[in-house]
Amino acid sequence: MAKSNLGNIDWISILVYFLLVIFGWINIYSASLSDAATSYFDLNQPYGKQALWIGLSMIFIIIILATESKFFERFSSIIYMVSLVSLLGLFIFGKTISGATSWYVFGGISIQPSEFAKAATALALAKYISDLQTNMKHFKHQAKALLILALPALLIMGQPDAGSALVYAAFIFTMYREGIAGLYLFLGFLAISVFVLTLLFNATTVIICSSIIAICIYFLTKKKKNLISKLVIYTIGISLFSFSVNYVFNHVFKQHHRDRFNIVLGKEVDAKGIGYNTDQSEIAIGSGGWFGKGWTEGTQTKGGFVPEQHTDYIFSTVGEEWGFVGSVFVIILFSILIIRALFIAERQKSQFNRVYCYSVASILFIHFFVNIGMVIGIVPTVGIPLPFFSYGGSGLWGFTMLVFIMVKLDSDRMTSNF
Amino acid sequence: MRKLLLLIIIIVTAIGFTARLFYLQIYDTSYENLSRNNAVKILYDYPQRGYLFDRNNKLLVANQPSYDVMAIPREIKAFDTLEFCKILNTKKEKLVKQLNKARNYSRQLPSVIVPQLTKSEYAYLQEKMWKYEGFYIQKRSLRDYKTKAAANVLGFIGEVNNRIIKKQPYYRSGDLIGKQGIESAYEKELRGIKGVKYIQKDRLNREIAPYKAGKLDTLPVRGKDLHLTIDIELQEYGKKLMQNKRGGIVAIEPSSGEILALITAPSYDPDLLVGRKRSTNYTRMYYDTISKPLYDRGLLAEYPPGSPFKTINALIALEEGVIAPEDRFSCYHGYKYGSRGRKMGCHAHPSPVNLTKGIAVSCNSYFAQVYRKIIEKYEPPQKGLDNWRKHLESFGFGNFLGYDLPPGRPGRIPSAAYYDKVYPAKNWRATTTLSNAIGQGEVVSTPIQLANMTAAIANRGFYYTPHMLKKINNTKITEPKFTTKKHTTISPIHFEKVIEGMEQVFTKGTASFLQVPGISICGKTGTAENFTKIDGKRTQLTDHSIFIAFAPKNNPQIALAVFVENGYWGARYAGRISSLMIEKYIKKEITLKRMEEWVLNHSLEEEYAKPYSGEPFKINQ
Repeated sequence: MAKSNLGNIDWISILVYFLLVIFGWINIYSASLSDAATSYFDLNQPYGKQALWIGLSMIFIIIILATESKFFERFSSIIYMVSLVSLLGLFIFGKTISGATSWYVFGGISIQPSEFAKAATALALAKYISDLQTNMKHFKHQAKALLILALPALLIMGQPDAGSALVYAAFIFTMYREGIAGLYLFLGFLAISVFVLTLLFNATTVIICSSIIAICIYFLTKKKKNLISKLVIYTIGISLFSFSVNYVFNHVFKQHHRDRFNIVLGKEVDAKGIGYNTDQSEIAIGSGGWFGKGWTEGTQTKGGFVPEQHTDYIFSTVGEEWGFVGSVFVIILFSILIIRALFIAERQKSQFNRVYCYSVASILFIHFFVNIGMVIGIVPTVGIPLPFFSYGGSGLWGFTMLVFIMVKLDSDRMTSNF
Repeated sequence: MRKLLLLIIIIVTAIGFTARLFYLQIYDTSYENLSRNNAVKILYDYPQRGYLFDRNNKLLVANQPSYDVMAIPREIKAFDTLEFCKILNTKKEKLVKQLNKARNYSRQLPSVIVPQLTKSEYAYLQEKMWKYEGFYIQKRSLRDYKTKAAANVLGFIGEVNNRIIKKQPYYRSGDLIGKQGIESAYEKELRGIKGVKYIQKDRLNREIAPYKAGKLDTLPVRGKDLHLTIDIELQEYGKKLMQNKRGGIVAIEPSSGEILALITAPSYDPDLLVGRKRSTNYTRMYYDTISKPLYDRGLLAEYPPGSPFKTINALIALEEGVIAPEDRFSCYHGYKYGSRGRKMGCHAHPSPVNLTKGIAVSCNSYFAQVYRKIIEKYEPPQKGLDNWRKHLESFGFGNFLGYDLPPGRPGRIPSAAYYDKVYPAKNWRATTTLSNAIGQGEVVSTPIQLANMTAAIANRGFYYTPHMLKKINNTKITEPKFTTKKHTTISPIHFEKVIEGMEQVFTKGTASFLQVPGISICGKTGTAENFTKIDGKRTQLTDHSIFIAFAPKNNPQIALAVFVENGYWGARYAGRISSLMIEKYIKKEITLKRMEEWVLNHSLEEEYAKPYSGEPFKINQ
C-alpha cells in the first residue's frame, strides 16, 4: 500500500464530484422512469444500472487512491499504448451501436474505450511535456505533442465519433499553458470566427469585411514596418480558409452535419424535423420556470419528448424539473470543479502533475461547454456526454479516473520530488 | 495571462449559460404553453344544463343529447374525405373550409368540424371513427323545449363566439352558451361547471397516465334547476290571444314583483333555434324587419303610454296637494289653452268631472288642467317639471328597471334640460309640454314599465323589481334586488281615489263592457297616436290599443299591461285581452266565451299590411 496522505486530499473536489454524481443519478432516475419500475435499483432500468456503475466507480476510486502516485507517471506511456490498442481493436472486435463502432461488448456489459483514452492521453501528454528534454517552444516538440493527441483523436474519428474526437481540442489550453505561442490560440479563434461567419453569411462577404478591417488596421497603426505584408498574408489566409469552409460545408459535410449548424445559426427553423432535439430540449428547459416542476413531475420528461434525455440531453431534465435554480446550481458545481482543477494544477511542484491537472480542467470544460451549450441551443448538436450526469458506465468511470488521478497526484504533491 | 485564460473562459461560459437559462426559463414564458400543449391533453366532461320549470312546477325546458364532430388539426392524418363527407352528409368544400378555420383557430386545440349530428349519423360515424385520426366525437346537451309559448322569455343557447372566448377563458371553441332570455341571464347557474381531465401524453401522442396523478382533475358539476315566476298556462293563453296581432302583454304579481307572463307577438317556435338549423333560422328571423319575431316587445318596444299615464299624473297632483279629489274641471270637448287658441281635444262625456270621473271617462281636459297645476306649482316651469319627473322615476319610468332578463329599454321621461335643449330660449311653459298630461308627446315607456306602474298602484305605493327567477334548485331566491320593497314618492292614502276611478272604468266608464263576473277589476284604457315613415314622409298609422289593469281590487293577484299595435282604441283589443287574462289567471277558466271568440277571430294582419301596400290608406277604421 502507498503511504497515502489523506490530510492532503482535496476534499472540495471530492465533495463536488459526489454532489454531481448523486444529482446526476436523481435526474437519470426521473428521465428513465417507467411504469415497469419496481425499485430504485432495478437493474433492468437505466437508473438501476447507473446506480451499479456508481457503486463500481467507488472501487475505482479506492484503487486509484491506494496506488502509488509515481505509478501514473512511470506507466503513463504504457497506459497510453494500451489505450491506443484498445481503440485500434475496435476496428476488429468493436460493436456498432447507432452508427458508431465505439463499443466492446462482454456479455451484457458494453465498454467504450474512448472514454478512458482521455485520461490516458492526458497522462501521456503530461509525461512528454514534463520530460526535461522537451521544450514546447520548439516546433519539433510541438509536433510530437500534437501527434500524441492526434493518434487517439484520429482513431476515434474513424469509429466515427466526431463528438468524442472533438474533446481532444481541449488540450490546446494545456499546450498554451505550457508555452506554445498565443498565435496558435489566436489562429484557432480566428478560424472558428471565420467558419461561423462564412456559414452565417457567405465567403465573399467575409473576405470583403476582412479586407476592410485590414485596411483600417493599416491606417490606424503607427509602426508600419512589415505591417503591410503581414496584413496581406492574413487577408489571403482568411480568404482561402473561408472558401475552403464554404467548399467543405457544401461538398464534404453530410446533410445532417449541415443541418446541425444551420439550426444553431438560426438559418433554419424546423421544429418537427432536424431541429426537433434542440427544440424539445428548449421547451423542456423553458417550461421549468424558477423552481421547476418538481422531481419526476416534468411533463416533457415523462412524455419522452426530448430524445436521448438520460444520456446527452440529461441537462434538459434538470432544467424542467429543477428550474432555473437547479440549472444554475449545476452550472456552479461544474464551474467550481473546473476552477478547482485549475487551482490544483497551479499549486503542483512537478510539471507532470501540473500538465495532467490542467488537462483535467480542460477536458471537463470542453464537455461542460459543448454539452450544456448544445442542450440550451447555443452550440451545434454534438454528441458528447455531460460528465457525471449522463447515463453510461464507461463515461462515469472515465471521468472518475480522470478526477481521482488528479486528486491522488495532488495529495502527494509535497512528497513527489524526483 | 497564460494562467488566467482558461479561468476567464470558464467564468464567461458560466455567465453566458446562466443568461441563456434566464432567457429560456424566466424571461420567455412561451415555453410553458408549448410544453403544456405538447405534453398535456385536456378532456372536458360537459355537465347537464339545468332544467327550467314554471311557477307551478311544470317542466318548460329539458335536455337532449347531441354529438359534435371535433378535430385537433395537428393530429389529423390523411383520410378518406369522400367517405367522411358521405357519412356526415356534408360537402367536401365545406369540410375543407371548416378544417382551415379550425387550423386558424389553433393547431393544438380542438374545434368543431360538424356540429350537432343526428342520432343516426352519430351511430354510423362512431363505428368508423377509428379511421379518422385527429377527429373525435364530443357529446353535449341541447335544449328540449316542452312549450312553444315562451321563446322570448327562455331565450336559446348557441356556440360561443371568439369574442366571448377571449373575454371568458372558461369557454372553449364549440362550447354552448345562453344567448338570450333566461338562458343568457342565468348562464352561470344553468351551465354548471364542466369537469376537466388532464392527461399526460408522450411524444407519439399516446395517453400514458393522468397528469399529476389526477390531482388537478375535477368532476363536472350539474347545472342548477331554475323555477321561473311565469305561469305557463297563462303564458300560453296570452300567446293564443295575441295571434294575428302585434304587441305585448306583461303580467306581474304585485305582492312579489314576479312576472307571471311576458308575451310578445309575433314570436317564434323555440325549436327553430336548436341544432344544426339554428344559424340559418336565426339569420332569417334576424332579418325579418317587418314582424321582428326576435324582438321582445314587452321589454324593448318603447310606445307612448297614452291614457294609463293619467292615473299617475293624478297621483302626483294629489301628493303635491295641487288638487283635491273632489275638485271639478270643465270639459268643452277639449281644453283650450294659450293665447293662440290651441286646443287639446276630448270626446263626448258629461262635464264637469272630478278625479274618479275624470279617470273613468278618461277626460283629456281634466288631466290637462291637473298637469298644468303640477308644473305651475313651482316657478320657473323647469323646477316644476323636474319635480314631476322625480315622482315618475320613483315608479320605474325613464330608466332601466333592472329585471333579470336582457336589460331592455329605459323609456323616456323628458327633463327640464331636455326641453331647454329643444327650446334654447328656455321660454317653454307647462302648456308647451301639455301632451305629457295624457301620456303622449315626449313620454315613452315599455310595456313592462307600465305593468310595473300598475303593480305599484295595486300595492298602494310600492313595487318589487319585476323578475323571472323564483327558485334555484328548489330554494327560494333571496336576492335583495328582487325581495326589497321599492317605495314610490306617493303616500298610500292618495291611491284609494285613483283606484276608485280605475274601478269605475269598468263599472261606468270606457271599459264597462269588459267586466268579468265575480272579479272587481281596476283598469285604464289607452289609445296612443303613432307615426311611421313611409318613403321618408311622416305618416300617421292607426292608434295603438293600450290597457292596464289589476285585480281583484283588494289583495290584487295580478297587474298587467297590454299593448296591441294599431288596435285602434284601448278597450277594443287590449281591454278585451286584459279581461280574459285576468279571468284565466284568477278563475283558471274562461266564462267570457264570446269575448274570447271575438279576440281569437279578429286579425290585424290587414292593418299591418297597409303601410307596405304602397297604396294610400285610411286609418282608424
